[in-house]
Amino acid sequence: MNLHLPLLLQSTNEEIIKRVQESTLSGTKVPQSSIEHQGASSFTQFWDSSYWFPEQASTFAPSVDYLFMWIFWVSTIFFIAIVFSMVYFCVKYRRVGGEINPLPSSSHNNLIEIAWSVGPSVLLVYMFFAGAQGYFDSKIASETSEEIQVTASRWNWVFTYPNGDSSSELHLVNGRPTKLIMQSNDVLHSMYIPAFRQKMDIVPGRYTYAYMVPNKTGQYRLSCTEYCGREHSKMRTLAEVHDTDAHRQENTQWIEEEYYPWKNGERIYKINCSGCHKINGEAATGPALNLLYSMKERPLMDGKVTVDEDYVLESIWYPGKKIVEGYGPVSKMNSFKGKLTQDDVSQVIAYLKYLNNPADVAGGDVESGLRAEGGDKSGTAGTIAPNDKDDDGSDET
Amino acid sequence: MATAEIRNKIFSTPETNYLNCTKGWKSWAFTLDHKRIGVMYLVGVSIALFLAGIFALVLRSHLVKFDSGMLSYDNYNKMFTLHGAVMVFSFIIPSIPAALGNFVLPMMLGAKDVAFPRMNLASFYLWIAGTSCLLMAILFGGGLDTGWTFYTPYSIETETGVIYATFGAFILGFSSIFTGLNFLVTVNTMRSPGQTWFKLPLFLWSLYATSIIQVLATPVLGITLLMLIAEKTMHIGIFDPRYGGDPVLFQHFFWFYSHPAVYIMILPAMGVISELISVYSQKRIFGYSFIAFSSVAIALLGFLVWGHHMFTSGQSPIVTLIFSAITFTVAIPSAVKVFNWLATLFKGSILLNTPMLFALSFIFLFGIGGLTGLFLGALSTDIHLHDTYFVVAHFHFVMVGGTLTALLGGLFHWWPKMFGRMYNDALGRISCALVFIGFNVTFFPQFVMGARGMPRRYASYDPEFQIFHQISTFGAFVLGIGILMAYVVLVYAAFKGPRCGSNPFRAASMEWQSSSPPDFHNFIHQPTMNDPYDFDSQVYDEELDTFIPREFADPDKLPARPEPVHH
Repeated sequence: MNLHLPLLLQSTNEEIIKRVQESTLSGTKVPQSSIEHQGASSFTQFWDSSYWFPEQASTFAPSVDYLFMWIFWVSTIFFIAIVFSMVYFCVKYRRVGGEINPLPSSSHNNLIEIAWSVGPSVLLVYMFFAGAQGYFDSKIASETSEEIQVTASRWNWVFTYPNGDSSSELHLVNGRPTKLIMQSNDVLHSMYIPAFRQKMDIVPGRYTYAYMVPNKTGQYRLSCTEYCGREHSKMRTLAEVHDTDAHRQENTQWIEEEYYPWKNGERIYKINCSGCHKINGEAATGPALNLLYSMKERPLMDGKVTVDEDYVLESIWYPGKKIVEGYGPVSKMNSFKGKLTQDDVSQVIAYLKYLNNPADVAGGDVESGLRAEGGDKSGTAGTIAPNDKDDDGSDET
Repeated sequence: MATAEIRNKIFSTPETNYLNCTKGWKSWAFTLDHKRIGVMYLVGVSIALFLAGIFALVLRSHLVKFDSGMLSYDNYNKMFTLHGAVMVFSFIIPSIPAALGNFVLPMMLGAKDVAFPRMNLASFYLWIAGTSCLLMAILFGGGLDTGWTFYTPYSIETETGVIYATFGAFILGFSSIFTGLNFLVTVNTMRSPGQTWFKLPLFLWSLYATSIIQVLATPVLGITLLMLIAEKTMHIGIFDPRYGGDPVLFQHFFWFYSHPAVYIMILPAMGVISELISVYSQKRIFGYSFIAFSSVAIALLGFLVWGHHMFTSGQSPIVTLIFSAITFTVAIPSAVKVFNWLATLFKGSILLNTPMLFALSFIFLFGIGGLTGLFLGALSTDIHLHDTYFVVAHFHFVMVGGTLTALLGGLFHWWPKMFGRMYNDALGRISCALVFIGFNVTFFPQFVMGARGMPRRYASYDPEFQIFHQISTFGAFVLGIGILMAYVVLVYAAFKGPRCGSNPFRAASMEWQSSSPPDFHNFIHQPTMNDPYDFDSQVYDEELDTFIPREFADPDKLPARPEPVHH
């Protein structure tokens, strides 16, 4: 059989680069390594995790790969045992000549049934615990994480950094715990960086979070993995890990916005919220807002809630859902859904963080909030790490 | 003891049978005969299979090049949506229960028909209506580009034929409920005298478990799809965050049906395999009660694991943890079945004909499909593998490698009963080899590229994955040729194959006590209630050249019954 065309079609790297630039892919970014590796896959060494996975570039990638290979070997051993005994029985006991009746043998054995039900269960329990362990490691963000705002829309990514810069590629600093605070402007998206083994859906109408600690500089693939319409497959970009903040800043830029987010947030607060919510710590119709971000958990009428972006958004859009202790039994607040967009809420959140500690937010040290004043790139370098004071406790494991 | 005259009347090929007892298209269109409805269903689902199979080949051809321009992005998205929707709703879910099950279930009970023959016919017409509605999305709705899962809010925003398609799936749901309800009542009320639950063939246990899921889970899908239509037309605010809804809620509702639906697809296949392995080993199935109860266990646990489709969706981490734990428990009953099939082969008298080869490839392929599920049940690995080609490969190994292989095996097994003619076994085995090889070549590379980070539903991709896509596309065409060949062998046999006797394979379940093809009333005598796995109850009759029950055999030539085994 003649198998070449188009199966064994190969191209040089230069041809591929040209095709990427000229083709329907133009506008998407392809990591250099992806071009270099085209067609270069050997089918040996499948016993090694580097065969199955892209390179490891985050702190929890090794544990994912380890568990994968562990399950791989358990599965392989079981599979070989199953197929071997199947083939062996079929050869040994195949029907020969005219004798249709089988050899006498037993048709049930409770002991063996229990053995092969309970035996493998032990392995499953390990898989469950190891998987859960790895999951929570990759889920619980370090207190000192740098927070990067991610806005996904069809079919673009915008990453906004603590210094107010933004970019369409994700730029990270090697070794720094990073928490992505993600929102979608339209439909479901999903943020997937294979080299970090991290993935999280981005759901419109709420904030979702993804945590990572990159530990290797380089360019990696970042793709949308939740189908989002026509150009879903073009919604991919790069995640680049830099060795220093300075190198990162060479790749990010200001989008022309006059004021820092916290300043816009202050304006939105004054127009919409200040009638009922004070910022001097006094209770009014509603609870004071300047204390909000100093709390980790807030007591409610029933139970308590973790204070995070999603809680703030929910309280503004659906005030009746979670009522602060002492302000019940029903909320006196009207819903601001339809009046304030999620982008507006993000700016209010920046203001709330500013109230708690001005050093936490971009341009927090600039009294007027006007970017031109204190916002040139060298001037903001000091505010990039959100909690400078805690840096001692943030060494990665 | 029966005379030769009676014996010949019952077991030789009859002049009039269910196929030719009445003529004209009306005699088929208005038939209440479960056998004819089964055959019509078979034709219907086969058409759906070929249609969706062609969509698959178009997709695979498009993916040969990383920057392919064969289809536009829009057309690619519509193509994979239709492939998925038609395969799932119109083909896999009804395939084994409604086609094979309809034909075989009443006969396995020694009954004349199902409990509600009119409902059975209605189910078929609902299938036609639903499938037509689904396909109308292409003709009038401008295609459908949501993916078969209809995830909100995209499905609410898109202007393609979502309403046609969801309404189609809604109607197909009723078709499925009718079949399930019918089977439940039939098995409960119409068993032969003396046929206790533990004397049912295992295929019936699996169909019974399937029917429970169909009746309990499908209504949730119906409600969900109606709410989606309401949201799309009236903006109520259930699923769309713009109106105050929650898109994750839709995912919960959708998977509450669609995960059990996975077991609607695989459980009947497991039942077919239990029959095939036993008959072609000529050995009592090993661990009957464990296989039977594992079907029920899978059906019940299947209701509790829907959240494992949503590990990255934004549901709470604690919920995610619980779903992961329950997911692992489903692995046990599936493994129990595989081990019991292997134990049945041990010391059997194994005939490697076409249906048996399909059954053995089922064990191989379902083995891979099941074991790769472990990677997806464990949380940290699932985060990496979710929504990549690894998942695509995993569920194709289960749905195609499992259900389609079992359907073909079942067709080759029951074909002589359905049409009274034998197929060419050599060609059948070649088709099985093509399906097996083509399938593995298609989907194995997808595990590798998935683990390396190739997301699913991508019309263009990074160049490093091109070689895997090319291998996969080549395999898809081999698989397509294999399936086509199996169908050609079967259809040719149905019209031109040599006549065969009532029970050429020495099966002991009751459907083989009818003539081939069966009489309109299934049996012209009261069939003898045997143990379905007691193959000694069937003895060879030279005059008829087939196996008949001991009770009907010529007493002068009756072979001694081997001593039963005690241990």
